[in-house]
Amino acid sequence: MNIPIDLSLLYPELFLLVWTFVVLVADFFTSEDSKPNIGYLSLIGLIITAILSLSSKQGTTFYGAFRADTFGLSFNIIFIFSAILTVASSIEFAKKNLKHQGEFYGLILFSTVGMMFLSAADDLLILYVSLELATISLFILSAFMKRDLKSTEAGMKYFILGAASSAIMIYGISLIYGMTGSISLHIISLRLEEMLTLSPLFVLAIIFLIAGLSFKLAAVPFHMWCPDVYEGAPTPVTAYLSVASKAAGLAALIRIFYDSLQPAAAQWIPLFMAIAAMAMVLGNVVAIKQHNIKRLLAYSSIAQIGYVLVGFLGDSELAVTSMVIYMLAYLFANIGAFLVVIAFYNKIGSDEITAYAGLSKRSPFLAISMVIFLLSLVGIPPMAGFIGKFYLFSAAIQKGYYWIVVLAVLTSVVSLYYYMSVAYQMYFKTGDDDSKISIEPTLAVAVAIALAGTILIGVFPSSVISAVFGASRAFF
Amino acid sequence: MHFPILTYMVFTPLVGMLAVMVLRKGADNAARYTSLFFSLIPLLLSFILLAEFDGSTAKMQFVEYISWIPSLGIHYYLGADGISVPMLFLTALLSFVSIIASFGIKIRVKEYFAFFLLLEFSMMGVFAALDLFLFYVFWEIMLVPMYFLIGIWGGPRKEYAAIKFFLYTLLGSVLMLVGIIAVYFYTEPHTLDIMELIHRSSSYGHTFQLIIFAAFFFGFAVKVPVWPFHTWLPDAHVEAPTAVSVILAGVLLKMGIYGMLRVSYPMFPKAAIYYAIPIALLGMIAIIYGAFVSMAQKDLKKLVAYSSVSHMGYCMLGLAALTTASFSGVMFQMFSHGVLTGAMFLLVGVIYDRAHTREIAAFGGIGAKVPIYAGVFTLFGMGSLGLPGMSGFVSEFLTFVGSYNSPYIQRWIVIVSILGVVLTAGYILRMIQKVFLGPFNTRWENLTEINGREIFTVVPLGILTILIGVYPKVLSYFISASINNVIKIITG
Repeated sequence: MNIPIDLSLLYPELFLLVWTFVVLVADFFTSEDSKPNIGYLSLIGLIITAILSLSSKQGTTFYGAFRADTFGLSFNIIFIFSAILTVASSIEFAKKNLKHQGEFYGLILFSTVGMMFLSAADDLLILYVSLELATISLFILSAFMKRDLKSTEAGMKYFILGAASSAIMIYGISLIYGMTGSISLHIISLRLEEMLTLSPLFVLAIIFLIAGLSFKLAAVPFHMWCPDVYEGAPTPVTAYLSVASKAAGLAALIRIFYDSLQPAAAQWIPLFMAIAAMAMVLGNVVAIKQHNIKRLLAYSSIAQIGYVLVGFLGDSELAVTSMVIYMLAYLFANIGAFLVVIAFYNKIGSDEITAYAGLSKRSPFLAISMVIFLLSLVGIPPMAGFIGKFYLFSAAIQKGYYWIVVLAVLTSVVSLYYYMSVAYQMYFKTGDDDSKISIEPTLAVAVAIALAGTILIGVFPSSVISAVFGASRAFF
Repeated sequence: MHFPILTYMVFTPLVGMLAVMVLRKGADNAARYTSLFFSLIPLLLSFILLAEFDGSTAKMQFVEYISWIPSLGIHYYLGADGISVPMLFLTALLSFVSIIASFGIKIRVKEYFAFFLLLEFSMMGVFAALDLFLFYVFWEIMLVPMYFLIGIWGGPRKEYAAIKFFLYTLLGSVLMLVGIIAVYFYTEPHTLDIMELIHRSSSYGHTFQLIIFAAFFFGFAVKVPVWPFHTWLPDAHVEAPTAVSVILAGVLLKMGIYGMLRVSYPMFPKAAIYYAIPIALLGMIAIIYGAFVSMAQKDLKKLVAYSSVSHMGYCMLGLAALTTASFSGVMFQMFSHGVLTGAMFLLVGVIYDRAHTREIAAFGGIGAKVPIYAGVFTLFGMGSLGLPGMSGFVSEFLTFVGSYNSPYIQRWIVIVSILGVVLTAGYILRMIQKVFLGPFNTRWENLTEINGREIFTVVPLGILTILIGVYPKVLSYFISASINNVIKIITG
């Protein structure tokens, strides 16, 4: 007998939701000086959620609309880790630059809850609603420095374009519902198999879905918002946006296209191939010209999503594994890079790449960490990024997509140039100021975690991956 | 299980790097002696390796085989045969010598030695790895310390040279990566075990071999560097600090040839035969072009750098010829060039430290002032131009004899290449004449003689080059069985 509603599957999500309210309420009773404690409170909640997720059961509930499986779990780990590192990096930053710190942490948690529901959604409507919960929180977060013009511009831009893309996506969903009579991913795929030919309207619906999701991923040609928002948003939010929000978009993409629209693969593979190629070329080439580190990382993140889409083309078990591994590698490397940017900004107050001159003398730890994160983003072994790219490219080559892999590796070489331009400033140049840069303990721990993740996944990929998945199996 | 000697050789420098990193700030001498110690251990181990090595078999020895990434069937697989043992020894020796030669580094000493030991770690790994994945990992790690070593401690255009080196070689290796993944999926069951892939090579299709060989070839050719992929080399060499130039010329360039011998030739035998003539032509062009360009150089270091392009051309010619003699010539050339050019760069560094110029025309007649230096320099110069009795002669002789009798390439290519020997003699003798002979340039009144530490760095190299020149069997004992085996795999 299948129990239609089994809340025990939702414990991690529900716990985090409750904890978010606890955080918001606790905020009322906290004086302005002790606001950082709200940050620590959020961290505790996230860590408990991580433990709950790893020990949670698997199965489906809500009449098949909610599915807890290893796929969702692995993405949950990515979301939670991003949130942990983001919150840890925000504490000092928020104290200095933000008002309403309690809400700031609360919104990060809300967004994480949304993403966790998203990765478990087995139904287009749940998927859409949870994606909106995740994104709307991020609109507010982007504009959180409301006295700062760039931040408000970022929030506005992100909101308008985000709303438009959501509208396109929901239109696509409604078309699919109209043609298949269902919003369940599984049933849609069954109906799709029954169709002898794909109607043009259905192809249009697929295109709408791709457009909506590509916006969340900031894939070319739906990337226009990305550099401005990344530059304007408070840096911890940018870090979170660049990893968690992309991972959420990717989770939705995999759920919809692998589970549901699989029978129409011949229609969407060429589209994704074009998007991947454009993202890699545009992201990597435009990044060369950037002189603000946040904009550089924005364009680099556009390119990174291009690599992920190369793996996505694989359309196989290996492809899913490869994307999860890559997102884990990307999580540590990209948030790690932002952690260094935040630590640097907290002391120097600049995001210009030239301001990094002589950092290797001022803080050897930050400099070497930054180099390791950037090398991981390029995909130089033994960093995690290399293992990730190896998997992604393997997934594509397995299906015979050679030319896109060749394009991917060639654009990786281009990326080396701009990533190393940061190393160039840090190591080869000497700045005017030679004073030491100190880092707050929380931030230092966060950088150390990101470093450990980047190196351990690179050197012992199997152990890390089986630890993530093995832990999930050990409890039932 | 036997003593994992290769792991110790590979990882000791890495431990050394960590040891140097945790030294307190400003402990420059401690950093120097710590790195010396950690580079001495692999050298001592390499003597054990040479002593224990059995030259009568082509089998892999000192094998270590541990599962690393089971889901992809990737292993931590180390081993050494006649092709890798001489290279491991050369790497250990040149690294040790270079670290002594680096004692003069004055700025950011700790970082320098940390990067240097990381470099040694990766080079050792490349020569010991027998799994393509592992091989590629070591191959790529090497780029990172090299970038910083050139970029921080290099000459006036160091930043440009560093990023050019990094971009160029990465471009080569990423195409190799595509090749590696393609090979992985081509074989059933999927594997990246080099020995196993070679074992199955007869079953690979013709077109597949041609395409993947080209991908690998490009990766290796950039490193060699084969003309026309050589343009990073003069920049990197000229800008790099002395010890790094030694490693670049002595070890890094050999990695490309080593990769071809270890991976692409035995793994894609049909392609090796198919491409024999184009590769031989590239070798010929490199020999002649490199020699002519060397002749036109005004800078001592640049001259030695371009002579490497020419000398590596011999290796390409020997590889293309696909005979036992020519392959032996390639091995001899790799070793001999490593020793000779390493020494040449050390000696150029010696004079540069004193004179602060490397311009050939600025010197003149200094042989009378610094006779010991002049003598040592001339010795290595003679080795480089292939004087009988020294290692350079053995390698060139074997290469040409082997190539001349090869059924795979045309004789005129070999004959034109032999002209390169004459050109080499030309530029080396001209350099010696202009620097050491002729009227004494009074500007160098106060030039000091080569010191004890510097002599100590080149003596072992001098002994080796003469030893191999007089009694080639010391090297051929190690290589012949493995070379025979490779030739047997390729030509059937």
